[in-house]
Amino acid sequence: MSTQTNRKISTQESLAVTLLLVGIALAYLLLFLGLPLLAVFVEAFKKGWALYWAALQEPDAWSAIKLTFIAAAIAVPANLVFGVAAAWAIAKFEFKGKSLLITLIDLPFAVSPVVSGLVYVLLFGAQGWFGPWLQAHDIKLIFAVPGIVLATIFVTFPFIARELIPLMQAQGKEEEEAAVSLGASGWQTFWRVTLPNIKWGLLYGVILCNARAMGEFGAVSVVSGHVRGMTNTMPLHVEILYNEYNAVAAFAVASLLALLAVVTLVVKSLVEWQARGQGVRLQN
Amino acid sequence: MSITIENLHKHFGAYKALDNINLEVNSGELLALLGPSGCGKTSLLRIIGGMELADSGKLLFHGEDVQQRDARERNVGFVFQHYALFRHMTVFENVAFGLRVKPKKERPNEVEIKRRVHELLCLVQLDFLHDRYPAQLSGGQRQRIALARALAVEPKILLLDEPFGALDAQVRKELRRWLRRLHDELHITSIFVTHDQEEALEVADRVVVMNKGRIEQVGTPDEVYASPATPFVYQFIGNVNLFHSRDHAPWTEQHGDAVAYVRPHDIDISRTAQDNTALPVEVKLVRAIGSVVRVEVATNGSSELIAIELSRERFDTAPLLLGDKVFIRPRQFRVFATGDQHELSAT
Repeated sequence: MSTQTNRKISTQESLAVTLLLVGIALAYLLLFLGLPLLAVFVEAFKKGWALYWAALQEPDAWSAIKLTFIAAAIAVPANLVFGVAAAWAIAKFEFKGKSLLITLIDLPFAVSPVVSGLVYVLLFGAQGWFGPWLQAHDIKLIFAVPGIVLATIFVTFPFIARELIPLMQAQGKEEEEAAVSLGASGWQTFWRVTLPNIKWGLLYGVILCNARAMGEFGAVSVVSGHVRGMTNTMPLHVEILYNEYNAVAAFAVASLLALLAVVTLVVKSLVEWQARGQGVRLQN
Repeated sequence: MSITIENLHKHFGAYKALDNINLEVNSGELLALLGPSGCGKTSLLRIIGGMELADSGKLLFHGEDVQQRDARERNVGFVFQHYALFRHMTVFENVAFGLRVKPKKERPNEVEIKRRVHELLCLVQLDFLHDRYPAQLSGGQRQRIALARALAVEPKILLLDEPFGALDAQVRKELRRWLRRLHDELHITSIFVTHDQEEALEVADRVVVMNKGRIEQVGTPDEVYASPATPFVYQFIGNVNLFHSRDHAPWTEQHGDAVAYVRPHDIDISRTAQDNTALPVEVKLVRAIGSVVRVEVATNGSSELIAIELSRERFDTAPLLLGDKVFIRPRQFRVFATGDQHELSAT
C-alpha cells in the first residue's frame, strides 16, 4: 500500500503545474475552436429565429443543401467500394506496382484541392483535352453537377483506404486462409471474416470521408462555376452570401455545416467507444 | 488418403524455397517435416494445402492430381501456427464455420450443426468454453479449438504448421502427447511442421528432415537418429562429435578431407590402449546430469573438446577424475567427405 502511494506521488506533478498545463490546453482549445464555433451560432441567430429559418428556406440555400447531400451520397459509397477493394488488395496480396498504388491513393492528400479541381477543368472543360468530344456528345461535366461529384470523389479518395490499409495489414491474411481451407468461397470469406474484422475502422473512415465530402471547398469551387441554385454546394453558398454582406444568411448555412461537424464528432466518439468496448470484451 | 509429391520446385524471386522434392506420404500416417527455419518445410506444407502454388512438379492425393484444385476444394484441414481463429466469433461459431459455409444442399441443419460442434468440442475436451471468444482462451486452448475447427469439415488430410511453436514448454509436452493419442484414434493422414527435433522424434511415425529446400532424409524417428544419411542430419538431430580424420581419428582408414561423425554415447573410454587406433586424451570436465554423466576430453595440445556421454552405471564401474589420461575409441562412427554429402565409410 505504502509503495503504491509513493509511486503515485513520485510520478505526479504538483497541483500548480497540473492546473497550469490543463489551463493552457483548455484556453487554447476555447480560443481557437470553441470561440469560432460559438460565433457561428451567435451570428446566425443574431436577428432571431425567423430570419434564420428564412435564410435556410430560401430556394438557392435549399438547392445548395440538396447538392451537398447528393455529392456526398455518391462520393462516399464510391470511395467505400474503392477503399475496401484497394485496402484488401494492398494488405492481403503481393503484386507489382503496389507501392505505386499506395502513392496514388495518397495523391489527393498531397496536392492542393484547388489544383485537383483545376485538373478536371483542364481535362473536361470546354478548352480541355476531352472538351470537344464531350461537347459533341452533349455531355456537360464542368460547371455542372457531375463535375462537382467528380471533384468530391477525388478529394475524399484516400480517407477510407488509408483507414483500412494499416488495420488490414496488422490483421494479416491467416484468418482468410483459414476460412478458405474450411471451404468458404471468396465472397463468404469477405462477408463472414474480413468485413466483421474491419467494420469499426470502416465506419470511422466513412464518417471522416463524409465530413470532408460535405465540407470540401477548394476543388469544388474551381469546377462549380458558382451558378446559384444550380451548382452551388453549402460551403460555396456560404462564401457567396458572405461576399454579398448577407451575414445572417451566410452564418445560417454555415451553422448547418458546423452542426454537421458536431454530429460527426459525436458519432465518431460513439464509434470509437463502441469499438473499444468490443475490444475490451474480446480481450477479457 | 495418401499423398505423392514428385519433382516439386518452388522459387520466391531468386530464392529457392523448394528444390526437387520427392515424397510419399502413406495413408493414415503422422509425418513430421523437420528442419531449421527457412528450410522450406512450411512452403511445402502450404503447397500441399493449396495456399501456395508450386512452380513445377506433381502433387497427387490418392493418385489424383490436385494442383489445379483450389484450397477450398482439396478437403484439407489446416491448423495455422498462430491458430488464426476468427476473433469476432465465439468458440462454437469458429468450429461451426466450416459447416455453415457449405453449399445449401450439403449444409447440415441447425440441430445437426449443434450436435457436431459439441461432439468436436468434447473431443478436444473444451466443450465448457463454447461461448467464449478466442481472446479469452489460453494458447493451448486456442490450439485445440483450431484443431477442432479444422476437423469439423471431416478432412481427408490434416496439415499443422508448427502446432506447438507458440506454447510454453510444459503445455507443449502435454499437447504433443495428446495429439499423438488423437491421431491414433482418428487415423487421418497428418503432416506437421516443426523445427524441434525432440517433438518430431516423439510424435511422428516418420520424419522428413529438410535443409535448404531439399530433403536430407526420410525415415522413422529411430532411423534418422541412429543412422543419419547426411552430415546435416547428424548435426541437426542429437549431439555429435566431429573428428577431422587427418588430425585425430586414428581408427579410420580415411585420410585427406574427410570428417568422422560420432555420437557422444557411442564412445568407449579405457585406461589403457588396446591397440594403436585408440586416441589418447585428457579429461577436462566431468558432470553428472540426472541419469547420464557427461565427460569432456581433449587431445594433447588441442583445445577442441570431445563430448562423451556415459550412463551413470557405467561411469560408476570406472570413475574418472579431472586431468586423468585415458584412451577413447568410438563403437560406431561414420565418415563423410568435407564439402560433399557423400558418405565414405562407416562401421
